[in-house]
Amino acid sequence: MINENGLRVDGRKPNELRLIKMEVGVLSNADGSAYIEQGKNKILAAVYGPREVHPRHLALPDRALLRCRYHMAPFSVEERKSPAPSRREIELSKVIKEALEPAIFLEKFPRTSIDIFIEVLQADGGTRCAGTTVAALALADAGVPMRDLVVACAAGKVDGVIVLDLNDIEDKEGEADVPVAYMPNLGLISLLQMDGSLTIEEFNQSLNLAMDGCKQIYKFQKEALKARYVTIKEEVEECLR
Amino acid sequence: MSSIMVSRIRQKQIAQMVASGKRLDGRGLKDYRPIKVETGIIEKAEGSSRVLLGKTEVVVGVKVEIGDPFLDRPNEGVFTVNSEFVPLASPEFEAGPPSEESIELARVVDRGIRESKAIDLEKLCIIPGKKVYVIFIDIYVLNHDGNLIDASSLAALAALLNTKIPVYVVEENEVKKTNDYIPLPIKNLPVSVTLANISDKLVVDPWLEEEEAMSARLTITFDKDNKISAIQKGGTGALKPQQIMEAAHIAKEKAEELRKMVVKT
Repeated sequence: MINENGLRVDGRKPNELRLIKMEVGVLSNADGSAYIEQGKNKILAAVYGPREVHPRHLALPDRALLRCRYHMAPFSVEERKSPAPSRREIELSKVIKEALEPAIFLEKFPRTSIDIFIEVLQADGGTRCAGTTVAALALADAGVPMRDLVVACAAGKVDGVIVLDLNDIEDKEGEADVPVAYMPNLGLISLLQMDGSLTIEEFNQSLNLAMDGCKQIYKFQKEALKARYVTIKEEVEECLR
Repeated sequence: MSSIMVSRIRQKQIAQMVASGKRLDGRGLKDYRPIKVETGIIEKAEGSSRVLLGKTEVVVGVKVEIGDPFLDRPNEGVFTVNSEFVPLASPEFEAGPPSEESIELARVVDRGIRESKAIDLEKLCIIPGKKVYVIFIDIYVLNHDGNLIDASSLAALAALLNTKIPVYVVEENEVKKTNDYIPLPIKNLPVSVTLANISDKLVVDPWLEEEEAMSARLTITFDKDNKISAIQKGGTGALKPQQIMEAAHIAKEKAEELRKMVVKT
């Protein structure tokens, strides 16, 4: 998995991210939306809310109800995936929701719901991280007040080397995978999982590498948000002319 | 969001006590509740156990069948972990499809067993590509008083160590069951340790009311060689990177203590 020059299956260096492209405001019906491409991952996220809660008995008296659905399209993977939510998707919906929740001022919107929908159109490893990153952008695009953006990236161990941003093959064949979601300005970690086999020292290295990756992706995230508002400004100016 | 709404005052009290290094039930921050492990409690199951972690009670039953291997792993047996939050265990549990929490619990226990390679799956192949052993690990929560993950992973390990699988013979491409039983081949001993972040302090083995008061929890599973096999952060809050490393060191120590408890039974 790592060649004699220390390069990975797709030619990257161990601490190198895949190519990332992000766009904000891609769906007109949603209150906020965003799209990300990270390697061959293609993921859309949309946010609806704060809005009235359905069913109503779920409403919380002191804050907004945050809901998240992570879902993979049947054509997103090699073998067709049944569109019914799998146990994996239910678990990921939960951990992504918990990754975003500490960033949002939910207490500003009691008795409402904020619904996040993440659709994976094509999967190439690290979809929970890319999904978290793009969902945070969609939340920001919806104008939901946040303490920080949330940005996620995985690190792991492949062929004995600690590497950043694992792709599908590295995730499946590698020795360990550590997805991390990070709030860069608060310096807090809001999603952390691991599977595989690592010593405490290797885990520490992976965690730090993943946080470095998050800091790099955070820059792209900010640029994507800014680009959106430059476009809006231009559109408004066009109308006024 | 789960379990009984502990009043805000109670949550505050718990948080204040933890901030001063104490806990409402008198434990130290790094102490587990009393643990009791019993095995072989269900005769009809090939393996079983009951774990009491304070008032939290979990039963695990292991059933063994014969089935098809996965296409990409023709020479390996198969196992699945499932958990049921039966309604008799808590006023918050309802009958019906499994909740997010129940699915997460089963998947975290599964990850610990799978990633540490606890079950020697290669020894569970009968006819390569055709017939293998299928091991069903069912977690039954009987009383929910917090930290279901640690209670369940301990119970799952105890039940696996207690499991006897029937011996099958192959005669003219037919698989026949014999009357002999052998112990399930076990290669590793994963143990999970869960810590809660309350008032920016780490507390081991949170009970129900502490789970209500915590901002986040972290479960770390160690194998017998002190390597990390699985991690899961839960809860709506966040953790500092230093806290995570501190938790890893505490969990390593505690996992060893817990493992001794299961292996001796």
